[in-house]
Amino acid sequence: MMFRLPVNRLDDLFAAVSAVNSLYLPVDGNDGRASYKKWVEGTKLSSKLNTVRSAKDFFFPQTTNLCDFNVKDKEIEVIDIRADSEDFVVFGVRACDARSFTILDKVFLADPIDSYYATKREHGTIVTLACTRPEENCFCNVFGIDMTSPEGDAACWLTDEYLYINANTGKGTAFIDSIKALLEECSDEDVKAQQTTVKEIAGKLPFAGVSTDYFKKNTLLDIFNSEKWEKLSESCLACGTCTFVCPTCQCYDIKDFNTGHGIKRYRTWDSCMYADFTKMAAANSRNTQMQRFRQRFMHKLVYFPDNNNGEFGCVGCGRCLSRCPISMNIIKVIKAFEEE
Amino acid sequence: MQEVKDRAKQLLADGTVNRVVGWKAGEFSYDITPAVFTSAEEIDKDFIYNDFCAPNLSKYLIKESRKEGKLLVFLKPCDTYSFNQLLKEHRILRENVYVIGVPCTGKVDIDTVRAMGFQGITGMESDGENVTVHTLYGDKTVLKADTLGDKCKTCKSKKHVVYDELIGEDGEVNTDGARFELVEKLEKMTADERFEFWRGELSKCIRCNACRNVCPACSCENCVFDNPASGIQQRAAVNSFEENMFHLIRSFHVAGRCTDCGECTRVCPQNIPLHLINRKYIKDINEFYGDFQAGEDTETRAPLNAYTFDDCEPGIVYSRGGNE
Ligand code: SF4
Ligand code: SF4
Ligand code: SF4
Ligand code: SF4
Ligand code: SF4
Repeated sequence: MMFRLPVNRLDDLFAAVSAVNSLYLPVDGNDGRASYKKWVEGTKLSSKLNTVRSAKDFFFPQTTNLCDFNVKDKEIEVIDIRADSEDFVVFGVRACDARSFTILDKVFLADPIDSYYATKREHGTIVTLACTRPEENCFCNVFGIDMTSPEGDAACWLTDEYLYINANTGKGTAFIDSIKALLEECSDEDVKAQQTTVKEIAGKLPFAGVSTDYFKKNTLLDIFNSEKWEKLSESCLACGTCTFVCPTCQCYDIKDFNTGHGIKRYRTWDSCMYADFTKMAAANSRNTQMQRFRQRFMHKLVYFPDNNNGEFGCVGCGRCLSRCPISMNIIKVIKAFEEE
Repeated sequence: MQEVKDRAKQLLADGTVNRVVGWKAGEFSYDITPAVFTSAEEIDKDFIYNDFCAPNLSKYLIKESRKEGKLLVFLKPCDTYSFNQLLKEHRILRENVYVIGVPCTGKVDIDTVRAMGFQGITGMESDGENVTVHTLYGDKTVLKADTLGDKCKTCKSKKHVVYDELIGEDGEVNTDGARFELVEKLEKMTADERFEFWRGELSKCIRCNACRNVCPACSCENCVFDNPASGIQQRAAVNSFEENMFHLIRSFHVAGRCTDCGECTRVCPQNIPLHLINRKYIKDINEFYGDFQAGEDTETRAPLNAYTFDDCEPGIVYSRGGNE
């Protein structure tokens, strides 16, 4: 069921949501780039297409404290520091990022369930916003994502006059119920009209016709052993920017910090682009940047789909395209193989 | 520039070099990737030198100059300073490198163009004066001067300080001091305001290491921030102290060696004006020890590595308003 609210009442909507739960939404910084911020009176929704960092931060933050240890002589006491999360709402998530949660769920909610992630997922409501002006770097459609009909608990469409909202899940229905006083029921005509216009733009995006067939047709080893990796990776700086801005990159490392009176065990994002990512007691299994670079793309285009009924581990958000210092990215990799 | 391509092919053909380090065209005009070319076909197909080739190629020579045979590299004026500095630090094997200096009138920066309000940029063309921006939503022509990145807006020099051969006319060192304007603005702030400014900027850092890994002055084989025995993770700043620490240590470590190439700021995904930290050091070094430009030559001893009776005394800190 479609509901709407006049755009000049957006602030009332945000205030109403914030009165009950923390509300996060994309906000423009003074340099014009958008990032998620907590809504407070006066906060304006960003006009940018997407945020530099992705929405995965809310569920899988860059650092997480896992547990504490108290060490007394030979006794080690483990202190469970897991706390229940407060309920929160993330508003304005794009279709690509919304899909990234499906991918992250397959990793973190598979047995053994990652309780830190699960808690956040349980308490977070994702309200998505359909795209109207995709960027040249967007290729969500290559992975079958519809930018005009985003997933998430509830989806929104913004026109000049109204914000339209429709629930996708039970959580989304509850969200709409909680703000119903501000909404009016309506037909989905305007939304459909917007979808038709945007779909036309989507069809003309520079990467709309990119095919991923190569990675479906060829064997893991053929791709792995391809000579192309050498050339593709030759100027990679091993900075890891691509992995840190990526909504689906999921690797982390666990470390203990000695506070002097105890141990704090925590995890932080890690990156397969780093030399010590695979460093083990005996040796390192990836000794060249080519091997590390290859890993990132093999994971997204081959290993992940192999283990998940063909679903790719990329959502086409375009972040690695716009942020890699040397402009090397997943599209260039896919195209290099498709050339064959 | 056809001349650049032709020269690359000649030097490959006559055996002077066996490969060329240059810039490779991407999907759009602005997504240039540094690359090694080994044949005339590759050069014809992908080599590019134009107003979008911002990446500084000198750091790649640390590795490349240690490989078999001589290579050709194209360096813009600012890149030659990095090259010289790396030579001075014995990081590049000079005899394995043939340097051609290429002219530069400033590089168009995609993030600057995006900040002007352009969306869906599918291509750009520059005639040196104007840049035509093609987008999914229409085309528009703007002044090239407005599209330059930070590093080019305040370019320190159009002069090549090292080369074997030059294409085009050499330029002049820029002495107008414009690059220190923002530093002066920061100096005029109160300590608290300045702290606020830098906290605001550094709190955006995602510790992706792009700034460190692109920096020609950051060439340690094992970075102190990758030390597994440091006691902390180094993958992410857990608090503001770690955020500040990373940037202060990194900037101090390159102080006196930073040529002000501007690559750190150019690549930062979070748009943090990192170069301003090092420009402050450059300005201070100039004021305390006399004008010094890292990378200008390979002989002059750097002020921070040398001692003279004219060096300022540590007490200068207090006369400049530091806390006792
Ligand atoms: S690989 Fe690149 S385009 Fe794909 S989801 Fe990650 S950042 Fe986005
Ligand atoms: S990749 Fe698709 S969903 Fe994501 S911002 Fe671009 S158009 Fe929107
Ligand atoms: S691909 Fe690009 S962003 Fe990723 S590690 Fe290499 S240089 Fe950095
Ligand atoms: S490039 Fe920017 S975000 Fe990345 S580590 Fe450096 S300052 Fe931080
Ligand atoms: S600190 Fe920045 S400006 Fe200085 S040499 Fe390194 S990358 Fe260039």
